[in-house]
Amino acid sequence: MRLFESYVFNRVLTAVMSVFGAMLVIVMLLNVVPGDPATALLGPMATPEYARQFIAEMGLDQPIYVRLWRFFTQVAAGNLGTDVISGRSVNAIVWAALPHTFALALGSMALACLIGIPAGVYGAVHKGSVADTLMAMISVVVVSVPSFILGIFLLIVFSIWLNWLPVLGVSDSADLGDQLARMVLPTVALALGWIGLIARLVRTSMLEALGQNYVRTARAYGLRENMIHYKYALKNAIIPTLAIIGMGIGRLLGGAVLIEIIFARQGLGSVLYAALQARNFSVLQGSVFIVVVIFVAINLLTELSYSFFDPRIRYNRR
Amino acid sequence: MTRNISILLNTLRRTAQYPSGAIGLALVTTILLVALFAPLLAPYDPNKLDLVNRLSGVSAEHWLGTDQLGRDLLSRHIYGTQVAVVVALSVIAIALAIGMTLGILSAYVPGPIERFILISFDSVSSFPSVILAMAAVAVLGSSMPMLIIVIATSLVPHYGRVARAQVLSVKNEPYIEAETVFGASELRILFFHIVPNILAPLIVIASLDIPIVIAIEASLSFLGLGLRPPLASWGGLLQDGYQNISKSVLPVLISSTALAIATLAFTMFGEALRHAIDPRSQRGGKND
Repeated sequence: MRLFESYVFNRVLTAVMSVFGAMLVIVMLLNVVPGDPATALLGPMATPEYARQFIAEMGLDQPIYVRLWRFFTQVAAGNLGTDVISGRSVNAIVWAALPHTFALALGSMALACLIGIPAGVYGAVHKGSVADTLMAMISVVVVSVPSFILGIFLLIVFSIWLNWLPVLGVSDSADLGDQLARMVLPTVALALGWIGLIARLVRTSMLEALGQNYVRTARAYGLRENMIHYKYALKNAIIPTLAIIGMGIGRLLGGAVLIEIIFARQGLGSVLYAALQARNFSVLQGSVFIVVVIFVAINLLTELSYSFFDPRIRYNRR
Repeated sequence: MTRNISILLNTLRRTAQYPSGAIGLALVTTILLVALFAPLLAPYDPNKLDLVNRLSGVSAEHWLGTDQLGRDLLSRHIYGTQVAVVVALSVIAIALAIGMTLGILSAYVPGPIERFILISFDSVSSFPSVILAMAAVAVLGSSMPMLIIVIATSLVPHYGRVARAQVLSVKNEPYIEAETVFGASELRILFFHIVPNILAPLIVIASLDIPIVIAIEASLSFLGLGLRPPLASWGGLLQDGYQNISKSVLPVLISSTALAIATLAFTMFGEALRHAIDPRSQRGGKND
């Protein structure tokens, strides 16, 4: 267990350092911005005094290490800063957006597992059947085409041509049905690619598992096929997929940003996008920090859980 | 040289043996040809306005209709192909060159520098690449060279890590030791033995990254953070169409189909290429 602990320690340390590094990248980026943010924000009519005061308020007159230090001490105290433009705390802005993004990302992944895993098992059991071939073809398409393009196709077909589902936004009404209806298209758009990917992975590892001796033994004992497939084979076949699913949740956050913007949903993506367009550095810094932390944390957890399942991994790394 | 060409042809032939590889190869070739001969193929000047015929549907004059300013959509998409191909190939070339150099370097330099390189890789890849590119382009401006540099930077760690892992696994092979015994210099070994041996997996990754680059560029341009009008890029065309979606679905449909076909083609080609070069490898990921 010693080895595992030092492995965990190493991975956590690297993760923390890469978050630091990532923030350094962001603060440095904001530091070299062409055209100063005061003119960009206040417009050409701003008096020089007012602009100077504004810059001082945003802390942009400080050297980079001071800004970085300030930001990290703030974050360590659980405070992402204040949005200079609206006066709201960045914490409040980010926390208000986060549940929407998580609902979207987790919902998509749940849907992807719910459809992808049985589809993969079916494909492996009925290898070479028409359904299997058809699924392979569909999976190539949904995996290759980026989710935001799939989202646009769904939008055209279901909202514009068929007029089945409402198009845009998070409903402001408390009506749960309406809320859910508006979630369908973005969730499916994000999930499609992962359905294809998961189905493909499960199919490959199921095929391998079905060739094993214990499956033959189980058959010889006369167990029902469904029991063999789901209880015995899938249990072993699912491990490589787990790692991908974990990483996928991190990736989905990236994909969710675009989907949120296309479907005009609230969420971290739209907060980020609005901050980018307004050159609102305080919000940008805070929301990117949260995205990076979540992304790194999920990748770390995935890697650790993977090495927990398969001990060979931890000895082979660096 | 002839040997290299025959290896290339042989690899392509093996790639085309898979049905999806053959389709992918055909589509990729078509895309590259369209990009190369865009000025000859486009029936109109992509920026020529025709305000009388705005958002006209499909017609004999305009095979794919016109956009909100009456510009010919077929011509704009043909030029868009050129933009997508130029961006994708330059990004891949730069990311591959820098990533490979840093990756190889990290396998040779002393500990502290090695750690610095690896932590830089980790830092850059702790952003989802779309978000890194969004932030960087929004701040640094969105000219085509800037866009290329930003997307390339977000991909460097990918190549760096693979190059490093490959070098580490090849470095102690018996044939390399034999070279050292024969008195070959480190540099000679590096360029004549190590680089050629690690190139294959890197090229496979590069071909699979092309659709990802196309998707990132398109999403940035779609968000108005990438290439700006009047330059015709698929993402920009998608945005134009999206803003007029209530008036006509056709422009959006064309741009998203173009993007879907291109990403699909390069993925099919890339996966078949990977099978042709290394049949054992597996892939996980989604072109977001």
